[in-house]
Amino acid sequence: MFQFDIWLVIGVAPCTFTKYRKTMRKTGILKSSLSKKYAMALTGLFLCLFLVGHLLGNLQLFIEGEAGRVAFNEYAKFMTSNPLIKIMSYITYASILFHVIDGFLLTIANKKARPVKYVVEKGSRNSSWASRNMALLGTALLVFIVTHMMNFWWVMHFGDMPVHKGVKDLHTITTHFFNPHENAMAGAATLLYVFAMVSMSIHLHHGFQSAFKSLGLDHPKYNSTVKFMGKAFSLVIPSAFASIPIFLYLTQA
Amino acid sequence: MNITLKVWRQKGPNSLGKMETHPMSNVSEDMSFLEMMDVLNDKLIREGNEPIAFDHDCREGICGSCSMFINGEAHGPGRNVTTCQLHMRSFKDGETIHVEPWRSAAFPVIKDLAVDRSAFDRIIQSGGYVSVNTSGSTQDANAIPIPKHDADEAFDSATCIGCGACVATCKNSSAMLFVSAKVSQLSLLPQGKPEKKERVIRMVDQMDLEGFGNCTNTGACEVECPKGISITNIARMNREFLSSNLTSK
Repeated sequence: MFQFDIWLVIGVAPCTFTKYRKTMRKTGILKSSLSKKYAMALTGLFLCLFLVGHLLGNLQLFIEGEAGRVAFNEYAKFMTSNPLIKIMSYITYASILFHVIDGFLLTIANKKARPVKYVVEKGSRNSSWASRNMALLGTALLVFIVTHMMNFWWVMHFGDMPVHKGVKDLHTITTHFFNPHENAMAGAATLLYVFAMVSMSIHLHHGFQSAFKSLGLDHPKYNSTVKFMGKAFSLVIPSAFASIPIFLYLTQA
Repeated sequence: MNITLKVWRQKGPNSLGKMETHPMSNVSEDMSFLEMMDVLNDKLIREGNEPIAFDHDCREGICGSCSMFINGEAHGPGRNVTTCQLHMRSFKDGETIHVEPWRSAAFPVIKDLAVDRSAFDRIIQSGGYVSVNTSGSTQDANAIPIPKHDADEAFDSATCIGCGACVATCKNSSAMLFVSAKVSQLSLLPQGKPEKKERVIRMVDQMDLEGFGNCTNTGACEVECPKGISITNIARMNREFLSSNLTSK
């Protein structure tokens, strides 16, 4: 395809050769379809690590009273000022962006690979719903991440923040956000948060173990362990996340 | 048994296709799916109509020609069978059966149900071989000891008949199961080791060039594969492609 013009110019254009490259390697590893999958896997697994860190911080919202407020605000200050955490946060932003753009490009390429759709197609007979809808689930998560960052990250960094004992009072912002007496939309916010976590759970259910396969990490000795870890991760992390707004809503209602 | 057949008709590669309905009565349950298609074509010819074009050859499940997407699944509802090995007893009396060609940009329709699968041939030509000395003193392959487990695994991968059901089934039209089976079959054996690195790189490059989609590890291909090729092969190819790229000169 690519050197078709060259063959025409020199006058030897055997049809069957037009799709071959002249030399062994013209595309770099970075241009390969497999590399796009390696990138999806690596950024995805890194984001799994980020989720663990984020969750551990959020769990402090379960500590009640003044102690919880001080602990959470101190933690929020630490997260926005520590230089090491700053580097990690930039890698996280980059990972999210890369995962989104790479996923978008892969989805476009996959759609192009089947221009005429089947009249009847029974995907449920041979694959899980999660594995067939990763892009849809990912889009739902992206919408959540954008609104989530607008509600908390943006306010913390650029908003007009209340101050408590010398540090920005993110605790009050968060608890009020899910308090029906302070925020008319608290119920909807809680529901949407839970919906986003369900999407994340399904996304992780396929994504976690799929990432290992994409990286070539597959061995009969360890496959069941990876699969179990994926299932456990996709259940525990999102439900722990979701329990926090539910707790805040119910205890303040 | 009586069935209603809805078959994809398409005059040529560039024409638009559509589903055509053919009611069929007195279909024997013991017929293979292709024999049922033969009966229909016989009827169409007698009535002065164009018969339905479809690929077939050995009719014993080893050539991989009979590419039909039946009722939403490659080679129909059966597991580990090709269309020629699928029998009408797998369907219910009165059932409506949809028959479509493999659908992929890399497998353009030639006519009706026949598609051009030469993309697979070009992938094989790009690296799916072992170079041998033809000086007349070629060593007997059996003279090289091979661990039983490796031989079995290589054989399992080698049972791929290149039918393209993996591509047809994959929601992304990915050819990863086919390519990885061919890569594995050779790289697992000592005879294939000398060309291992360049083989995987060249075959993946050719696969990309042909316009197949990307693997999402849905596992649909291994379910629909008539030879039960495992997606472990795909992970092996991912591993080999990465390490070959990182270490090749």
